[in-house]
Amino acid sequence: MNIIVCIKQVPNTTDVRIDPVTNTLIRDGVESVINPFDAYAIEEAVRLKERCGGKVTAVTMGPPQAETALKEAIGLGCDEAVLVSDRKFAGSDTWATSYTLACAIEKLEAYDVIICGKQASDGDTAQVGPGISTHLDIPQVTYVKKIVEINDKSARVERMTEEGYDVVEVPLPCLFTVVKEINTPRMPSLKGMMRAKSAKIAKWTAADLDADPAALGLDGSPTRVVKIFTPEARKGGEMISGSTDEVAKELVELLKGEVV
Amino acid sequence: MASIKILLDKCTGCTLCVKTCPFGAIHMADRKAVIDMAKCTLCGSCVAACKFSAIELEKSGGPRKDLSAYKDVWVFCEQKKGVIQSISFELLGEGRKLADKLGVKLCAVLLGHDMETAAGKLGERGADKVYLVDHPALAAYQDDPYTAVLVKLVEEYKPEALLCGATTIGRSLISRVAIKTNAGLTADCTGLDVDTKERLLLQTRPAFGGNIMATIIAPNHRPQMATVRHKVMQEAPVKPGRGVEIVSNVYPEETFASRSKLLEVVEEIANTVNISEADIIVAGGRGMGGKENFARLEELAKVLGGAVGASRSAVDADWIGYSHQVGQTGKTVVPKLYFACGISGQIQHLIGMQSSKVIVAINKDPDAPIFKVATYGIVGDVNELVPALTREFKRALNK
Repeated sequence: MNIIVCIKQVPNTTDVRIDPVTNTLIRDGVESVINPFDAYAIEEAVRLKERCGGKVTAVTMGPPQAETALKEAIGLGCDEAVLVSDRKFAGSDTWATSYTLACAIEKLEAYDVIICGKQASDGDTAQVGPGISTHLDIPQVTYVKKIVEINDKSARVERMTEEGYDVVEVPLPCLFTVVKEINTPRMPSLKGMMRAKSAKIAKWTAADLDADPAALGLDGSPTRVVKIFTPEARKGGEMISGSTDEVAKELVELLKGEVV
Repeated sequence: MASIKILLDKCTGCTLCVKTCPFGAIHMADRKAVIDMAKCTLCGSCVAACKFSAIELEKSGGPRKDLSAYKDVWVFCEQKKGVIQSISFELLGEGRKLADKLGVKLCAVLLGHDMETAAGKLGERGADKVYLVDHPALAAYQDDPYTAVLVKLVEEYKPEALLCGATTIGRSLISRVAIKTNAGLTADCTGLDVDTKERLLLQTRPAFGGNIMATIIAPNHRPQMATVRHKVMQEAPVKPGRGVEIVSNVYPEETFASRSKLLEVVEEIANTVNISEADIIVAGGRGMGGKENFARLEELAKVLGGAVGASRSAVDADWIGYSHQVGQTGKTVVPKLYFACGISGQIQHLIGMQSSKVIVAINKDPDAPIFKVATYGIVGDVNELVPALTREFKRALNK
């Protein structure tokens, strides 16, 4: 089974602090990590390989330093990795990003399953996964929480909904976006880390893809930012002190309007 | 290929762009801004921030398209088991304002089976027109037929804006429709407005990690598509008896074909209220000290008719299930009242709850960041304070 996992390198939000004076992000010392939701995608891809045999290829679009994320993915069990990187991709919104990734995937050998995290932690759009499946014209199942059964023709999966879950049968090739509930990602193994160190990452530019140049980067992106502003920081309010009973009484008085 | 440059004669060296750049790609040299192209992503934030029009972002695109055929504001109305979901009423409320400003009709799009009665009622929620497509294959959401039908409707009737809920269904569907119709799509808008002159939908959303807001447009593409999370907008008020025009559309059978097959819809009976729906949330974190103490939160939630939430560390410690997790890797909630009990207030948690109307924080550590966003803060022991609050609320509410 040929499995592709699409990942994104994002700033580690655990490191992100907000400057109390300017209310802007303090970026110094913020390291880049694999999007937390993609860790579940990688793990599921590797588990599928362990279950069905085959190969996992990790793909990312990003700046040259995104290579680190791909090495990490190899450390976690992916076999091969492709970095799609070019200044021509700068300014891509989700339309252009999913187009570029779809073009990269078409260049790879035939695949059975594509797995993405449900969304990236920096953009939070959840649009790129469905975008890729649409560009490739393959079926998708989003918010997958369990792959119940899979063979080389089809899969039966559980798709998380607001109320519970749907059971969906889908023919392969198809694309899944996965949620946190699907698995517990493993730690990189020593062997994996050694492999990651020596792994060769394929690097593709726009010229390597069979892509319409007008559909790449900012030119291929319907949306653009016109205004940027820092919202007024929510101000800390009133501190209430006193004995437990006093505090409880005062708080109930203050909140009366909210609880009726 | 698109490019960006600083117009040196206009740059005053004010450094506003340096502070704005989400990627740290701008620095000053000889009191002029310099862009490090290795870091720049052409996101346009600096262009939007510069007060002197000193940064030029050039996009090489085709000629400006004629967009005049596109009119009306559409709302995709989500239904489950034939019941229109409340997110749809929220979008109709917001859509009504936008349609009025633009001087166009507000149209609801309803896909389902045997939905005529429900469709007829959408006038009472502000819709002027309902585009209804009725077919058994649309009874429950499936990616393929829903995408195919919505794409056909968009191509035939050409709305200028299309709003959709940022729900499981909405996000899966609208992303596909935006690709197929070559439209701009902005996720999770927290503010919507229109530029009536240019007929642009001004879509504001948190960007680059949450504490910067960006307003996004799609100047040369129609429809302009946006998703909005549940509870962010106000529901449209009910106007009893307000009528609506229903436009029923029939499409060839192959439009409704689905490659995937929905075998079963399972509803898990939750013993607590769904936190995304709750008006009051009592949430606990690591400071609760243990699984057994979450029972105290449940009691308070029960008295208030609310739901129990949790921080990631409480979920990771297995004190409570993942469906209760609030924050970046959990759910975003916007209740009227949020109790943060023993939650320190890591940024990942704050992102998920800081839009709550009133926040009450209880924590032992007076320096906990949660106090910076709390409406009311109490330094103290949660395991004493929560039961005391439960008692007092019981009394006040005569329970």
